[in-house]
Amino acid sequence: MMENLNVFAVRTLTQKEYFAPGHRSCQGCAEALAVRLVCKALGRNIIIAAATGCMEIVSSPLPFTSWRVPWFHCAFENTAAVASGIEVGLKVLMRKGRIPQKKIVTVGMAGDGGTADIGLQALSGALERGHDFIYVCTDNEAYMNTGIQRSSSTPFGASTTTSPAGKTKMGQITWKKNMAAIAAAHNIPYVATACPSYPMDLIQKVKKAADIKGAAYLHILSVCPTGWRSAPDLSIKLGRLAVETGTFPLYEVEHGRYHLNIDFPKLKPIKEYMKLQGRFRHLTEEMIEEIQARINHDYEQLRERDKRGF
Amino acid sequence: MAKRVGMEVSIAAAEAVKQANVDVISAYPITPQTHIVEHLSEIVANGEMDAEFFCVESEHSAMSICIGSEATGARSFTCTSAQGLALMAEMTYIASGLRLPILMIVANRTLSAPLSIWNDHSDVMMIRDCGWVQYFVENGQEVYDHVFISYRLGEDRKVLFPVIINMDGFVLSHVIEPIELIEQEKIDQFLPPYQPLHQLHPDKPITMGAFALPAIFAETKKAQEVALRGAMPKILEVWKAFGDMTGRYYHPVETYKAEDAETLLVTMGSIGETASVAVDQMREEGRSVGLVKIRLWRPFPFEALKQATLHAKNLVVIDRAVSVGGPGGPVASEVKAAIYGEPIRPSIYNFAAGISGRDVAPFDFIKMIDKAEIEIEEGNKEGFEIYGVRE
Repeated sequence: MMENLNVFAVRTLTQKEYFAPGHRSCQGCAEALAVRLVCKALGRNIIIAAATGCMEIVSSPLPFTSWRVPWFHCAFENTAAVASGIEVGLKVLMRKGRIPQKKIVTVGMAGDGGTADIGLQALSGALERGHDFIYVCTDNEAYMNTGIQRSSSTPFGASTTTSPAGKTKMGQITWKKNMAAIAAAHNIPYVATACPSYPMDLIQKVKKAADIKGAAYLHILSVCPTGWRSAPDLSIKLGRLAVETGTFPLYEVEHGRYHLNIDFPKLKPIKEYMKLQGRFRHLTEEMIEEIQARINHDYEQLRERDKRGF
Repeated sequence: MAKRVGMEVSIAAAEAVKQANVDVISAYPITPQTHIVEHLSEIVANGEMDAEFFCVESEHSAMSICIGSEATGARSFTCTSAQGLALMAEMTYIASGLRLPILMIVANRTLSAPLSIWNDHSDVMMIRDCGWVQYFVENGQEVYDHVFISYRLGEDRKVLFPVIINMDGFVLSHVIEPIELIEQEKIDQFLPPYQPLHQLHPDKPITMGAFALPAIFAETKKAQEVALRGAMPKILEVWKAFGDMTGRYYHPVETYKAEDAETLLVTMGSIGETASVAVDQMREEGRSVGLVKIRLWRPFPFEALKQATLHAKNLVVIDRAVSVGGPGGPVASEVKAAIYGEPIRPSIYNFAAGISGRDVAPFDFIKMIDKAEIEIEEGNKEGFEIYGVRE
């Protein structure tokens, strides 16, 4: 049913583009697609605070810009704080009658490095203070902009330039940080995971986040052919496989209640997902089994939470 | 008639922020800045001021919030000291590069290590070149006055720079002084609401904070340099307007009994007042000594400094920070640079004194002048030493 919905519902979307074509992202960049969909879902009455990273570099080389909405970049680790400032500024200016009353959605956008690593403190502060904004983490699972270095969001086993597969180590030796759970632990009203391979699901979540008063956190898996060593034309397929294998489940946490959006009675084996990516090429059968066991465990836990509701 | 009341300088600073109708205040507690934010949060909590107050999780975020709110067009304020300033250093460069007229009061404190909460200027010297307008004030009244002066200057469309008011930690922040409060109507006239040139709003989408390739970066840096240097006439104009309103006229460089003096003390910050006591004592003893006080640190007032010092035989420059392994103190470096091109110029002897809050009394200035005059006489014309070190 979800598949059919995706076929016709996409055509109901606005034709307007707020993230303009002509930006300089790599072929098959699913992050650019995610950002484009987020903007489509939100419309023009938004202000984006962006972190340093791929999206900043590909979209804003002076004197050009790809942004048809107000867009503000300061630094790497403070996106959530800058977004807080924008939200607060708008609020006080409207209250004092210096700008007209109107719903303007403040959006913070950062990658996994800018969110799970260097920006975690600022994000935690902003979520704790409860600013009315949406924080979007586009997770491509490494520092792609600086040349594919590992982050705390890089999956176990993946080879990056700072967690290389060598003779004694088999790539990343730590498990991916669960950012959605960390965000949910702040007791904010809305947390969701999304993937541009499921555009309608993503758009609905963005709209929901915009409607909810208070802080919302969206964690969007963004396939990166350059960093994942995958074919650019497989980005959508890889996003789907990430969900279908249970590697990246799509779920929401609404006021603390977990809800698995797409549940699969039987997950596809992660091998199907991994074999399309050069970053996992070096993995032995035993390692893949170990990862499969962990993913099964995590997915089962999520299912339990979905059943329990919390 | 303006009211003259006794109050702690930090409270006076907070009162000025209230009177300046600031929209957003964001800060993180650090000694000796705390009393300012404590009082501001009280004012906001009591509804005496219509502003958003956020006590955030770090100084980096405090400055980041100010950057975000200022970009929407909201008048924003923060204050910090030492380690806090170090943590937000990255964002100070970005605030000026983006030309956002935020005001920050720095209650100057020593940078660690060893950890010390007491006063010197090592904190702000770390971000000397961050591109903000920087004042150094001498007393509580000047802190209070410069809050209005700073916003009026920074928000001027010909300026558009963030401003730092440096006030010595404890020595100023924690003492009670007589402060002449200005009537609100006068302030509202002097400082109208902020009319931003650009602001983040969907009705007029703009991109702020784009990145620059080498092909364009140098041009942006030159634009910033030209604009900050070019702010000088506006700085003078705003001081003049403020003086016309209150009778208190400020200048980039101020002198005390300096016109005919052979030896001049050069100071920056609150020690200037103590130094003037030393000058009086020495004058009574018949010595030809005067005082030059630097109030404007950035843009540096090269011309005014030359005018005030070139006639003297010796300059005794008192720094409150050390450029470790470098040329001595940062103020002396600037003074030397200012007079370097002059065919006849005074000798300069440089002391770093009052490091990390060590007291500098009038007799210390006399000792320093004695020492400098002897050293210069003996041919050590470019000397530097840290004053009063037990060896």
